Amino acid sequence: METILSIQNLWKIYPNGTVANQDVSVDIKEGTIHAIVGENGAGKTTLMKVVFGITQAKSGNISLRGTPFAPSQPSEAIDAGIGMVHQHLMLAPELTVAENIVLGVEPKRGGVFFDFDTAVQTAQETSEKYQLAVPVDKLISELPIGTRQRVEILKALYRNAELLILDEPTAVLTPQETEILFQTLDQLKEQGKTIVFISHKLKEVKRIADTVTIMRAAKVIDTKPASELSIEGIAELMVGHKIDLSRVAAPEHIGPAKLSVRNLNMTRDDGVEAVRKVSFEVAGGEILGVAGVEGNGQTELVRALVGLLPVDSGEILVGSTDIARLSPKEIRQLGVSHIPEDRMEDGVAPLMSIQENIIVDRYEKPDFSTWFRIFWKNVLAHTVGLIRDYRIHAGSPKHEISSLSGGNIQKCVVARELSADPDVVVASQPTRGVDIGSWEHLHSLIVEARNRGRAVFLVSADLDEVLKLSTRIIVMFEGEIVARFEDASTVTAQDLGPYMLGIKRQEESSATVSA
Amino acid sequence: MSTLLESIFSVEFFFAVLRVSTPLIFPALGVAITAMSGNINIGLEGIMLIAAFTGVIVSIYTESLMLALLAGVASGIFFGAALGYFHLKLKADIILAAVALNFLASGLTIFLLIVITGGRNTSALRSLTFPSFHIPVLRSIPVLGPILSGHNIMTYVAFLSVFVYYVVMFKTPLGLRIRAVGQNPDAARSVGINVDRVKLYALMISGVFGALGGLYLSMGYVSWFSRDMVAGRGFIAVAAATMGGNLSFGTLLGSMLFGLVNTATIYISSLDIPSDLVQSIPYLATVIVLAIYSARNFAPRKRKAGSAHHPENEHHEKKP
Ligand SMILES: Nc1ncnc2c1ncn2[C@@H]1O[C@H](COP(=O)(O)OP(=O)(O)OP(=O)(O)O)[C@@H](O)[C@H]1O
Ligand SMILES: [Mg+2]
Repeated sequence: METILSIQNLWKIYPNGTVANQDVSVDIKEGTIHAIVGENGAGKTTLMKVVFGITQAKSGNISLRGTPFAPSQPSEAIDAGIGMVHQHLMLAPELTVAENIVLGVEPKRGGVFFDFDTAVQTAQETSEKYQLAVPVDKLISELPIGTRQRVEILKALYRNAELLILDEPTAVLTPQETEILFQTLDQLKEQGKTIVFISHKLKEVKRIADTVTIMRAAKVIDTKPASELSIEGIAELMVGHKIDLSRVAAPEHIGPAKLSVRNLNMTRDDGVEAVRKVSFEVAGGEILGVAGVEGNGQTELVRALVGLLPVDSGEILVGSTDIARLSPKEIRQLGVSHIPEDRMEDGVAPLMSIQENIIVDRYEKPDFSTWFRIFWKNVLAHTVGLIRDYRIHAGSPKHEISSLSGGNIQKCVVARELSADPDVVVASQPTRGVDIGSWEHLHSLIVEARNRGRAVFLVSADLDEVLKLSTRIIVMFEGEIVARFEDASTVTAQDLGPYMLGIKRQEESSATVSA
Repeated sequence: MSTLLESIFSVEFFFAVLRVSTPLIFPALGVAITAMSGNINIGLEGIMLIAAFTGVIVSIYTESLMLALLAGVASGIFFGAALGYFHLKLKADIILAAVALNFLASGLTIFLLIVITGGRNTSALRSLTFPSFHIPVLRSIPVLGPILSGHNIMTYVAFLSVFVYYVVMFKTPLGLRIRAVGQNPDAARSVGINVDRVKLYALMISGVFGALGGLYLSMGYVSWFSRDMVAGRGFIAVAAATMGGNLSFGTLLGSMLFGLVNTATIYISSLDIPSDLVQSIPYLATVIVLAIYSARNFAPRKRKAGSAHHPENEHHEKKP
C-alpha cells in the first residue's frame, strides 16, 4: 500500500511554551483506517491541526503522496483533499445544515446568487450517498449534538476529501450512531479513502482500525497493526500501567433521599413531550445511573434538575425544598452541582483562564474576594491544588482554558463541580472525551463523593460507565422510565439493551425488578 | 395640544418622518452588515461626515453630481477599509479604531473646510443637490401619494438599499459567509474561508452605506457642509440596527422609529415648552426603547421551552 501522508520528525511548540509534539513520525497508508490514541494532552489534536493547516509546526517534514506539504491555512489542506472533523464542532449555529455543508464552496445561480435550493438538494444527496441522515433544512442550533456531528462529517465528504481526519467523532454519538458511522467508514475505506481516527474508546479502535499509533506526552510510543494489539495492551501502552475495568463495590451505607423527582412532565419547543411522568429518588451514598439512548429526554431532565429549563408539572425536591422557581444559582446554593454534557457550551467560558473558570461558582467566598477585590493569590493556590488533585495536564492556571486539550477541559469542569463538595451531583456524560487513565481516575473521585454520603445522579451514553458506577439503574426511552433495576451489580448491557431500544418495558414503570 | 395632534397626524408630518429617517436607514444598514460579520461598527459617524464633505467639495469643483456621488462613496469605502486595516491587520480594538476615525473625520473636515474657504463663511459653499422625484401614479393617490411621492431620490435609494441589503445578506455566497464568520469564525476558517477578508468586505460595504447617508445629509437634506453635521446619527444607527436584530426589515423599522421620534421632537418644539426639555426627547426615547429591547432579550431564563432563539433550548430533540 502507498503511503498517502508521511510525517517525519515533527516538532510543535505553542507560543506559551507547551511542547505538544516532540519529534513525531507517523506514516499513514492509503486506503486504511489509522487510529491515533493517547492520553489527554498527548498531542493528537495538535498533530492533526498541523496537517490541516490550522497551526504550523516548528520543524519537521510532512509529505502528501510523496510531495512536500506544509499548509499555512486550512484552505490549502482542503484543496489537497484533506477533510477534518474537529473535536469541538465547527458549525455556524444559526445557519441551516445545508448552508453549513456547502459553506465556502457554495453553489451559485446566475454566477452571483447563492443557490439555496441546489445547496439543499446536494446536501440531501450527499447525506443519502453516505447514509448519514440529517435534516438538511433545519438550523444547527435546533439539532442534538449527535446530528451535528454527522453534519461535520458530511461537510468533509461533500468536499471530496480523500484523507479524512476524525478527531473523537464518537465522543458524542450513541452506540447505534457509532455503529452506523463505522459502517460508513468501512464503506469509505472500500472506496479507497483514507481515514485517521482519534478516539479514547479502545473497543472502537479495535473494531475499526487497521493500524494504531500510540502517543504519550507529545511523543509517538509505537505504531502497530491493530491485529497485534489487545484492548488491554493499548491501554497499558497509553498510560503506562494496567487499567481496572471492574465494577465498584456497592456502598456500605445509604442515607435518606436527597433528590426526589415526582411525576415530572416536560414539553419541547415543538410541542412533543420530552419527559413523561418521571419519578425517582436519589439517596445520599448512592449513584443512580440513567441508561438510555441519547435524546430520550435525559438532556431535558438534567437541565430541569439544575434550573436551566422549566417544567410543565411535577416536583423536584432537593432535600425538602422545591426548586421549581429557583434560579440555577439558588439551586447551586442548595448544594447541587452540575457536570454538563456539552463542556464548551455550558461548562466553561472558553476565552477566560483556567483559574477564572474554576472560581466562577465560588468567587464570592471570603477566601477569594471581598466586595471590591479578588485575592488572586488564593485563587491561584486553589487552582494549582485542583490541577494536581484532578491530574489536569495544564501549563499554568493563568492560561486560557481553551488552550487545554479537550479531555483536560472536561477535567477542569469535573474538578470545579466535585470540589464544590455538593450534596447532590448531577453528572451528565462526566467522562466524555477523557482518556482511559483519567476515566478511571474520575470514576474514583465520583465514588469517593458517593462514599462521603453524597447523592449522585449519573447520565451517560457510555454503558460501561453506567454499569461500573451505578448502585441502581433506571432506563429512559422516549421520555419515560421504562425499567428500574434496584440492584445494579448483576445487570449486564444485554439486560439493558431491549429497554433502551424500546423493545421491552416493565409492566408498571414504577415496578421494580432484580435482574 | 389639539393643534399639536392635528399637525402630527398630518401628511406633512409623515412626509417629514421619511425624510428624517433617510440619513438613519443608510448607516443602520452599515452597522447591521458589520454586526452580522461579528463586529460592532461605531465608525459610521465619521464615515458619513467625510462622505458628506467629499460630496460637497467635489460637486462644487466639478459641478457633476455623478462625480460627487462616486467620490463620496469611494471615500466611504476607503475609510471602511482603513478601519478594517487597523482592526484586522494591526489588531487594534475596533471600537478604539472607530473612535479615532470619528475624531479624525471631525478634525480633518473642519481643517480642510478652513483651508478651502480661507476661513470665510462656509455657507458660501453651495453644494449641488440630488433631485427630488415624483412617482407618476403614486402621487395622485390621496394621503399616501403626498407622503410617499416627491422625496429626494436618496430617500428612495435608502429604501432600495434595505432590499439590496437583504439580497446581499441572504441570497449571495458573500452574505452566507458574512453570517458564518459572525456566528462562528472558527467554523468559517475550518472550511477555508479567509475570515479577515470577509470582515473587511463587510466593513467596506458598510462604508458604502455610510457614505450614501452622509451624501444625502449634505446634498439633499441640506445643500451645504457644516462642521459635525452628522450629529450622532452614526450612533443612533447602532441602536436602530441592534433593535432590528440586524435584519433588513427590522433595521428599517428601527431607523424609522428613531426618525419618527426625531420628527415629533421638531413638531413639539413649536409649542411653548422649554427647548432644552424638548431636545432631550430623542435621547430619552433611545434610552426607553433600548431598555424595553433589552428587557425583552434578557427575559427570565425559565421560559416555557417554546422560544426558538433561546440558547438554553439548543439540544432538544428526541431520536428520529
Ligand atoms: N492553542 C494552544 N495554545 C497553547 N497550548 C495548547 C494549545 N492547544 C493545545 N495546547 C497544549 O498542547 C498539548 C496537546 O494538546 P492536544 O489538544 O493536541 O491534546 P490531545 O492529545 O488532542 O488531547 P485530548 O485527548 O484531551 O483531546 C496540551 O498540553 C495542550 O494544553
Ligand atoms: Mg484532542
